[in-house]
Amino acid sequence: MAEAFTFDLVSPERRLAQLEVSEVQIPGADGDMTAMPDHAPTITTLRPGLLRAVHSGGTEEYIVSGGFAEIGSVGVTVLAEQALPRREMSQEIYDGMVAEARRAHEKAREFHNEPGPVDDAAKLLSDMVAIGGHIGLTPSQ
Amino acid sequence: MPSLKDLKNRIATVKSTRKITKAMQMVAAAKLRRAQEAAEMSRPYAERFNAVMAQLAKSVGDSDNAPKLLAGTGKDDVHLLIVMTAERGLCGGFNANIAKLAKKRADELAGAGKTVKILTVGKKGRDSMKRGYSEHFIDHVDLTDVKRVGYEDAQGIAKNVLDRFDAGEFDVATIFFSEFQNVVTQIPTATQIIPASFDTEGKDEQDGAPTLYEYEPSEEEILADLLPRGVATQIFSALLENAASEQGARMSAMDNATRNAGDMIEDLTIEYNRSRQAVITNELIEIISGAEAL
Repeated sequence: MAEAFTFDLVSPERRLAQLEVSEVQIPGADGDMTAMPDHAPTITTLRPGLLRAVHSGGTEEYIVSGGFAEIGSVGVTVLAEQALPRREMSQEIYDGMVAEARRAHEKAREFHNEPGPVDDAAKLLSDMVAIGGHIGLTPSQ
Repeated sequence: MPSLKDLKNRIATVKSTRKITKAMQMVAAAKLRRAQEAAEMSRPYAERFNAVMAQLAKSVGDSDNAPKLLAGTGKDDVHLLIVMTAERGLCGGFNANIAKLAKKRADELAGAGKTVKILTVGKKGRDSMKRGYSEHFIDHVDLTDVKRVGYEDAQGIAKNVLDRFDAGEFDVATIFFSEFQNVVTQIPTATQIIPASFDTEGKDEQDGAPTLYEYEPSEEEILADLLPRGVATQIFSALLENAASEQGARMSAMDNATRNAGDMIEDLTIEYNRSRQAVITNELIEIISGAEAL
């Protein structure tokens, strides 16, 4: 059993988790990363994805979207704009999230002159769809 | 001199009023507990968020390409006042106090030659700000249907505000809300949210040297991503503070009303008994003098 550190997952509305964990897999904006004890202090933004926290009693999984993670000397704090435990995820919630990302994408496409927002929205959309692949849900059309 | 019947009716009216105010007080107490819990739940997020933002702002803020949300547009000609009040009344001076603070600021700014724009959240604030300040009024966010404020509501407001900022409609945005101290004290507060200001005071910075973080992606990108979220976060905490304050204010207002109704019932009962006695005395005098006359 590896050395443990604290992992906090907070959303604006509630604190979802406060655990002693041995590793946390974070869906960072530039790629996934796994934080283990004595990780270099890092701050990264999140992309929509699956966050895994491994502790002595098993693995907790959360769907997170938006926000950032702070890996510090004492532990990992994830501040996610949207976060919910994987077991609370349902087809309806997932559809809602995908639909929202799709709307944002459509809206961004209306402004043709700036590629930045469109790319961001497209990435958000594909990330959202990718979550489904991880947890066995497909967006219903 | 009201008749006995009138007095009796009035007592009955005040009694039913007291029942209503008592019920409202108890409902407010229950809601207050929930609102306070919600406010407490949101605190860890807001605190961590601000701490990280303050750190980022310190390292990026001085550079020339700092985002506008942080550095400002370079002018402060147009001020947006976001007045957040309750959807409903009967909560003492709660709505009035917030509106008063906002109006005072609006007058000050107008006096200094600035342009003032007003966006209201909550029906009571709109009604109040429309009186006399309607020419500054630009938009209203309706939360009547919202039972319990969620982060999405705050995001909606933040998006409205940010879109206006991007369109160059204003330079400085300030939110007006009531900070919850306790059930009897709510402090109307004004907080500037754009350009962002993070107070790092109050936090002890004595835990050694600040940790040097690696940033992924770059500091600038993270800041650009987080600043709009920061606006939503601040609006969200303000909404929650407001919700707690509203219930607190309503609770104490209704407590007062219940007590006043009690006093009134006492006074009316005394008056009722006096006039009842007077009527009886009168009748007795009539009978006695009638008997003597025989």
